[in-house]
Amino acid sequence: MDLSFLLLALGQLISPQTIAYALAALGLAVQFGFTGLLNFGQAGFMAIGGYAFAITTLRLGFPFWLAVLSTIVATTVMALILGIPTLRLRADYLAIVTIAAAEIVRYVVKTPDLIPLTGGSDGLNGSSITFDAINPIPPGSYGFGPLRYDENDLWIIIVGWIFVLLVALLVRQLMRSPWGRVIKGIREDEDAVRSLGKNVFSYKMQSLILGGALGGLATIINIIPTSLQPDNYGTQTTFFLLTIILLGGATTVFGPLVGAIVFWVVLSLADGVLTLLINSHLLPISSVQQGPIRFIIVGVALMLIVIFRPSGLVGKKREAFFA
Amino acid sequence: MPDTTAERAPLIDGAPAPGVKKLDPMVVADGVQRTFGGVHAVDVDHVEIPRGAITALIGPNGAGKTTFFNLLTGFDKPNKGSWSFDGKPIGGVAAYKVARRGMIRTFQLTKALSMLSVMENMRLGAQAQPGENIARALIPALWKPREKEVTDRALDLLARFKLDDKADDFAASLSGGQRKLLEMARALMSQPKMIMLDEPMAGVNPALTQSLLHHILDLKQTGMTVLFVEHDMHVVREIADWVIVMAEGRIVAEGYPDAVMSDQAVIDAYLGSHHDTDLGDLSEEQQAELLDETQVAVEREEDGTHG
Repeated sequence: MDLSFLLLALGQLISPQTIAYALAALGLAVQFGFTGLLNFGQAGFMAIGGYAFAITTLRLGFPFWLAVLSTIVATTVMALILGIPTLRLRADYLAIVTIAAAEIVRYVVKTPDLIPLTGGSDGLNGSSITFDAINPIPPGSYGFGPLRYDENDLWIIIVGWIFVLLVALLVRQLMRSPWGRVIKGIREDEDAVRSLGKNVFSYKMQSLILGGALGGLATIINIIPTSLQPDNYGTQTTFFLLTIILLGGATTVFGPLVGAIVFWVVLSLADGVLTLLINSHLLPISSVQQGPIRFIIVGVALMLIVIFRPSGLVGKKREAFFA
Repeated sequence: MPDTTAERAPLIDGAPAPGVKKLDPMVVADGVQRTFGGVHAVDVDHVEIPRGAITALIGPNGAGKTTFFNLLTGFDKPNKGSWSFDGKPIGGVAAYKVARRGMIRTFQLTKALSMLSVMENMRLGAQAQPGENIARALIPALWKPREKEVTDRALDLLARFKLDDKADDFAASLSGGQRKLLEMARALMSQPKMIMLDEPMAGVNPALTQSLLHHILDLKQTGMTVLFVEHDMHVVREIADWVIVMAEGRIVAEGYPDAVMSDQAVIDAYLGSHHDTDLGDLSEEQQAELLDETQVAVEREEDGTHG
């Protein structure tokens, strides 16, 4: 029996992909969980942010910090474009506009005419150069047991986790402040908050910008050890993120982090177990069917959580999203 | 009865009539129109709401009372018209700015924020909290002192409304009547000049109704202007200083409570053909009595005019 998949699943505990999804999910939790904004285009914010970083790094030769700043500017502009016409309207308008905008972004960057800029369907490679250049870790192989990382992988994992934890603490501080109180009030009933003299539109916009920027920054962590692929930022990514925050607890700060870890570890474990069963002829399915089946497993897990633990894994029962 | 008409200071100089000028108006509205697909939901030529008094806005269902409320407080935009609050025009001003200028409203369907604690609901009502700015929110030292003041005021108000033992509970755990109390207390957090209550007694049990009435009378004692929409004529008679009657979007009558509620035009507008069913559950003797009282009231008003 080949049990190496257990190692892969273990690796997902701390992988850059998990960090990226945790960060993007935290951004979505700010928007959806705390403010009640139905952003169905978080993948679009991730794509815009990723392209802003990769293009400014590779095409314009920006230093790392300036490329990160470009990501924040790009996601902010996107939030303003999507938010200004929709945030005064009912919540569902934002949902429609964001889901469409995310797809527009994906199709635009894949346009063949834009290959010199965006790389088309192949995406962009090598945007890690500026980040790797500031890596203080000496070359070598690091890790424990069979989990090995080279110096650049280790660098992004360390920086990524520190960054995610800092952002989580920052968001927690915000949510415990009077600002967070207004935000949570808006989630419940924006007219009530408006009647108390708060500029609801401005708060919703701030939330959309903050959550979108976290999505964009997440992509930087995702693409540094790999590459920027436009099809990784399709609609399914947004729904993975929604799954993650419901899994962990949509109205919590650390829920999205726990959710991202559980999501990727479970997905990886399910994949490994299925492979094992198929290879030992215990399951009468082909390996082509294996991919969709692991998502069925995730879907069932999500249903069970929503039914039996509606506040998520770390959420308080009273703040349940599906009460 | 906590109040009698005899003690009331005159609010007008002249005979009561729709659109009559007040001696000291808080709100003055002119030519306010709101149509929904051809239907004139609100069509008010002129109305003034007296300062420092309790004014009741009554009328049958669909008379446009709540729409008029929404227009005055910026929650809806009129097709045309202008109005001022405390001498300054506020037509077309955003709802949150209207609230900041001191005109705070409550809602017909109570809007207690149920997943926040009672105390957090109260704190949300306060103004000038620097921690509501996203940058300052990150530095507690900048907003903790104000938070303390706000919390003290909230505790004070909660004690007055007998909700202090519920301060740390989620608002969801309150009864319907307690939510009404919370909403009113929350509206008072910002120390408004005027409070607008949309059906404050709806769905409140009789015991709590009395307590709510006293709270509204207390507001007047502190110099606040109160405008409220109400269907219960007992309540209107008991606490209102002035009554404005709306029907089909227009102001059809205005006057002191006792006089207005026995006005035939009001009875027709308000109750239509069923005017014998309920005008505060009066028996026939009481109605006859009321008629006498009205005569007295009318005479008194005439005296006031001539004197």
